[in-house]
Amino acid sequence: MQPFSTHTGLVLPLDRINVDTDQMVPKQFLKLQTKQGFGRVLFYDWRYLPGEKPNPDFILNQPQYKGASVMLARANFGCGSSREHAPWAVADYGFRVLIAPSYADIFYNNCFKNGILPVTLPEENVEELFKRAEKEPGYSLTADLPNQTISDAHGLNLKFEIDNFRKHVLLEGLDDIGLTLKHEAAITAFEQAQHPSATMYEPVDAKYSPKQP
Amino acid sequence: MTPRTLYQKIWDSHVVHEQPGQPAIIYIDRHLIHEGTSPQAFAGLRAEGRKVRRPDLTFAVMDHSVSTTDRTLPILDNDAKLQFDALEKNCRESGVRLFDMNSKNQGIVHIIGPELGITQPGQTLVCGDSHTSTHGAFGTLAFGIGTSEVEHVLATQCLVQSRSKTLHILVHGKRPKGVTAKDLILAIIGKTGIAGGNGHVAEYGGEAIRALSMDGRMTVCNMTIEGGARAGMIAPDETTFAYLEGRPFVPRGKAFQEAVERWKALATDPGAEFDATVTLDAAKISPQVTWGTNPGMVTGVTERVPDPASFHEADDQKAAARALEYMGLKAGTLVVDIPVDRVFIGSCTNSRLNDLRAAARVVAGKHVSRTLKEALVVPGSMTIKAKAEAEGLDKIFRDAGFEWRDAGCSMCIAMNPDVLPPGERAASTSNRNFEGRQGKDSRTHLVSPVMAAAAAIAGHFVDIRDWNVDATE
Repeated sequence: MQPFSTHTGLVLPLDRINVDTDQMVPKQFLKLQTKQGFGRVLFYDWRYLPGEKPNPDFILNQPQYKGASVMLARANFGCGSSREHAPWAVADYGFRVLIAPSYADIFYNNCFKNGILPVTLPEENVEELFKRAEKEPGYSLTADLPNQTISDAHGLNLKFEIDNFRKHVLLEGLDDIGLTLKHEAAITAFEQAQHPSATMYEPVDAKYSPKQP
Repeated sequence: MTPRTLYQKIWDSHVVHEQPGQPAIIYIDRHLIHEGTSPQAFAGLRAEGRKVRRPDLTFAVMDHSVSTTDRTLPILDNDAKLQFDALEKNCRESGVRLFDMNSKNQGIVHIIGPELGITQPGQTLVCGDSHTSTHGAFGTLAFGIGTSEVEHVLATQCLVQSRSKTLHILVHGKRPKGVTAKDLILAIIGKTGIAGGNGHVAEYGGEAIRALSMDGRMTVCNMTIEGGARAGMIAPDETTFAYLEGRPFVPRGKAFQEAVERWKALATDPGAEFDATVTLDAAKISPQVTWGTNPGMVTGVTERVPDPASFHEADDQKAAARALEYMGLKAGTLVVDIPVDRVFIGSCTNSRLNDLRAAARVVAGKHVSRTLKEALVVPGSMTIKAKAEAEGLDKIFRDAGFEWRDAGCSMCIAMNPDVLPPGERAASTSNRNFEGRQGKDSRTHLVSPVMAAAAAIAGHFVDIRDWNVDATE
């Protein structure tokens, strides 16, 4: 995974509460089998008119936000479906930092698996950032993960909280699975002590048979 | 010993490794996968030279993109076909049991897990699908995960997790006639809001929850995620044990009795503390209908579409105004005056046998409105379909003008050809009314199966309590 340390980028203020992951990547794109290329379809139904003509009313299409890499959002960002296609699209479009008062749990978790830093700030801070971003063309923010701060060029400097372990994994770009497999002995010991099984007592109409370990 | 909640007991018995200041590694007893969120996970395993650690604890099914009509026909959607082929190949190579689209046991992943007894009390169970919360109805810690975590579980049979906070949702009293499990959960979400459960695992209790059948309990737990909590649980009891006995993966004889004794000990201890508690009175809950574009935008069937100005927060006012515009509704309209174009009875929320029986009682001897363009019944599994047919429910629905389909996610997510067209309005028994959920620019109203069935007959929403039918699921 791509590590994250600090990032400075143009801010896109997305002024809607409860943005769900169905909006980030609609269902018709859930059949693709890669993790790449979803940036093109991010916010598809809001972003495009029939014939994939960009909708000029949607903020992502407005020229002053071209190249934005910090998304400012409202409460409960990423609610709904667990589809990881949503953070894949957010990252593939070029966003590296999200700032919102709160996130839905599954989406929040998925961000960390994809090198995206989801910053949580109190409502009043987010409100202030919205005001600044909407007033000043080219408004940029810097996210500093080691120091846990969000700052702008005018001296605004906001501290944010983040779980230490998540911070560590993101800073180092660590492979979660590799980390867990370091505890292989503990997993095996758990399995031997607990005997987890899924014994079939009556035949079912399934293909393929697992070998009992 | 400190009294513990159901959640804490399951958590404690699944910790593989834990050190202070870090999330724990917890063991996963059952992993369900489907064609939609697993191909990238298997590709990830391959890229790293890793194998599926416990194919025997992993179960695969095709549900999201399957056709609900003739499955002997070629699959015209090439992307869907590639997904099915990938799941088939991944299961074949790793030895994971697969319920493919021709299996007699095929169905929606959250329907067949419990139906086959794969889901059992006290387990940890995950799936790359947010409605995995459904399985919590058995006193199982079950939640949805992203594809990276699907890969993690395939490789390690574990997940890295931090303890959640706990939320106690109590529904006291008896629900009135015509009020279903769907109405209870919609009313709960209406009260807590769609983010009210964020960061929490919910446990449901109270007389009205205890009185529910397993089918009803699954409906409640299914929509837990719509209130923000990743998992929702109900302590197992005699209703649970009676449901499970004799199912294909459930222990038999003496082993079953021993399992029941273990399961009985799972219930939350008296005096155990929750981080938050929400209380509702079932007697005050009426049949619910959503009017907006998330499940928290809901009201009683006798109410009116709210005025955006009636909300306190500016963000909520904006969201409500936007929702009304999307839904093509005017503030102040009586819910019963809203016409519907199509009706969908199905999804992991409401497609179980008792849901279909209740809906069939509503439509028996009647016919769908002439103004209706389509009325679909999509059973949750092929097993449910067969049982319903043995009872003659298919004939009741067909005679009333409904289409009787094969099992799958269907119009809940519209990844197959069952799509709600732009601008059309559906009464749907599914779980999400987000913009575009059932089809681009389509308009979804979430309701119970009996409310959907009655809307199909009338051509608009009606108060099912006026119809004098038994709505119990």
